[in-house]
Amino acid sequence: MSWPWPSEFRILQKDELAPGIKRIVVYAPLIAQKAKVGQFVIIRVDEYGERFPLTLVDWSPEEGTITLIFQEVGVSTKKLGALKVGDRILDMVGPLGNPSRIRRYGEVAVIGGGVGTALMYPQVLALKEAGNKVTSIIGARTSRLLLLVNEISRVSDELYISTDDGSMGVKGFTSDVLKALLEEGRRFDYVFAVGPVLMMKAVADVTRPYKIKTFVSLNPIMIDGTGMCGGCRVRVGGETKFACVDGPEFDAHQVDFTELLRRLRTYRKEEEEAARIFDEKMKEEAHEA
Amino acid sequence: MKLTNRLRQVPMPKLDVEERIRSFKEVALGYTEEQAIAEAERCLQCKVPRCVEGCPVGVDIPAFIRFIREGKFDEAVEKIKEKNALPAICGRVCPQENQCMGKCILGLKGDPINIGGLERFVADYERKKGFSRPEIKPSTGKSVAVVGSGPAGLTAAAELAKMGHSVTIFEALHAPGGVLMYGIPEFRMPKDIVLSEVNYVKSLGVKIVKDVIIGRVVTLKELFEMGFDAVLLGTGAGLPKFLGIPGENLCGIYSANEFLIRVNLMKAYAFPKYDTPIKVKGRTAVIGGGNVAMDAARSALRLGSDVTVIYRRTEAEMPARREEVLNAKEEGVNFTFLAAPTRFLGDEEGWVRQVECVRMELGEVDDTGRRRPIPIAGSEFHSDFETVVVAIGQRANPIAVLNDPRIKLTRHGTIVVNPETYQTTMEGVYAAGDIVTGNATVISAMGGGKKAAKAIHAFLTGENPKKGR
Repeated sequence: MSWPWPSEFRILQKDELAPGIKRIVVYAPLIAQKAKVGQFVIIRVDEYGERFPLTLVDWSPEEGTITLIFQEVGVSTKKLGALKVGDRILDMVGPLGNPSRIRRYGEVAVIGGGVGTALMYPQVLALKEAGNKVTSIIGARTSRLLLLVNEISRVSDELYISTDDGSMGVKGFTSDVLKALLEEGRRFDYVFAVGPVLMMKAVADVTRPYKIKTFVSLNPIMIDGTGMCGGCRVRVGGETKFACVDGPEFDAHQVDFTELLRRLRTYRKEEEEAARIFDEKMKEEAHEA
Repeated sequence: MKLTNRLRQVPMPKLDVEERIRSFKEVALGYTEEQAIAEAERCLQCKVPRCVEGCPVGVDIPAFIRFIREGKFDEAVEKIKEKNALPAICGRVCPQENQCMGKCILGLKGDPINIGGLERFVADYERKKGFSRPEIKPSTGKSVAVVGSGPAGLTAAAELAKMGHSVTIFEALHAPGGVLMYGIPEFRMPKDIVLSEVNYVKSLGVKIVKDVIIGRVVTLKELFEMGFDAVLLGTGAGLPKFLGIPGENLCGIYSANEFLIRVNLMKAYAFPKYDTPIKVKGRTAVIGGGNVAMDAARSALRLGSDVTVIYRRTEAEMPARREEVLNAKEEGVNFTFLAAPTRFLGDEEGWVRQVECVRMELGEVDDTGRRRPIPIAGSEFHSDFETVVVAIGQRANPIAVLNDPRIKLTRHGTIVVNPETYQTTMEGVYAAGDIVTGNATVISAMGGGKKAAKAIHAFLTGENPKKGR
């Protein structure tokens, strides 16, 4: 039986795409073999670590590798970011979640904000391959934080950029760009958005009056990723769904974003504390070295 | 001091309440050698032992007790392990009062023999001494995939390995043990004991592959393609039940599963040493009356909260083990009986602040054999709670077979099996434990795992019970 059962999730490559945003290529042959667009993995970096989800950005069944891009915000992503090439991640399970709805819609807009820009890359690629005309809209706080601009540009029919500070592209939000396009008379058959909750909500609000089918990839707090804990429950169309097994992509016009945002903030204080402790530890280690 | 009074159990030493509620240390401390022998001496050694009838795996109870009495602890362990591979677990979490102990003849006039306590004593004796390896039959050349490393999966894997089959267990989580790891708290089922039982199973030659979700990542069909000759599904009842009432998604409201996974599997009680947080504020309501509710309540208490269990029937109908209810009471858990939540009320930030309940009264006996709780109209009342744990049961988790039409499920999501052979509706695929029965006990899952292992052995060695005998 020569199946690639998980044993060692070794980091083969690592680079920093933008300040605090890292890309790693990890040896995970089973996951690479099974991955589909829109799916995620659950990671536990070390013995003390949390279980947390990361969306798959790229994968190669031939090389047995997967690519992850993440922003270092909490202790878990900071820990992951601190690993070096050659280090191993203790646990990784996946691919989890339902694959994206990739089909031939016609004209589609794919919108990514912040680290979500990286996560939209496989969507753009797959939608393009499915024969869609793809308009990509990417945005970040400032130009330095824009991710994969060249890659996305290469596979999109059109690319629009927005930054909050106007340092590149339009000054404003991705949803503003989408709104302007729609007001100009552009029509989309499908819109996909991934990024900060408020951005996804804004996109949903923009497309709602136009009745454009709009899907978003949600990122609630998750533990097991198999439907066991219910921590990732989100309200969609008045019903409670589990993002891990029913999602992670949902009809944006049905999602209760306010509840999602509140639930995401459940552990804010604890997350800040854990991150602070980790930063101090790293500082001490750097000092000793 | 005379230890033995034939009618009275040798009391199980327990940690002081004061120390208990400040830590997650195991509450029951276990018998000393002297105490175990004294308790064993009470046994009447019945010619027709009723206790054995009460044991789901048929352990020869009088025989192992006789060995304890004679101080032959190695023989006692061996005797138990003929039928039960995981006595350190059963001795701790079996509901003996409804099984072996419930049948003990001594219970008619006084206390039944503390069979669980004795089982635990010999299991702990063996663990301290180091496991001896049982006889393993020569290799059959057949291989079995066991899905899930909880009580059913571990038991079946051990049995199959002893019969000479090559066994691989697939576990979805990062740690083996299933509910023993993620569900039952440290103070009732220490994790190093679970791990040592798992290591015993590994010592029989069983391979454990963690971090793989059969059904999601690898299909049943692929398991057969890669060369497994049979599959046992022991995936448990891992899906949480919610009340389905307004406000249930407010922050501070957990399913019992999430609450216990955070505490047990992720060790959130040791935050920030462990990265997973848990938030338990001043007052916690635990909804439900089963063992899981007791585990959640006692965990919340240890995390510093003032805890109230809200149960819709009365204390007499509680499905939790009596011992655990008493432990909870001793530790200071409050109980509100005959009440059921109707909605949760939150603050402007989306945190739960109050639980609205309705008073209940008991009506006619229902199909569970207990009197049905009936809401009393207009009796709603509000209580302040900042944390709520919903512990009203778990559902079967059919994730392993959801996409395989060959496996038939009941409308409850449990897997349909032949009650004799534990075979599912697909040849070569068997199922046991909570995935078949819905949420039940550790020992019933072990019993199922054992029977399924026998049926798989018969299937693999050509004596397919389906074709006669």
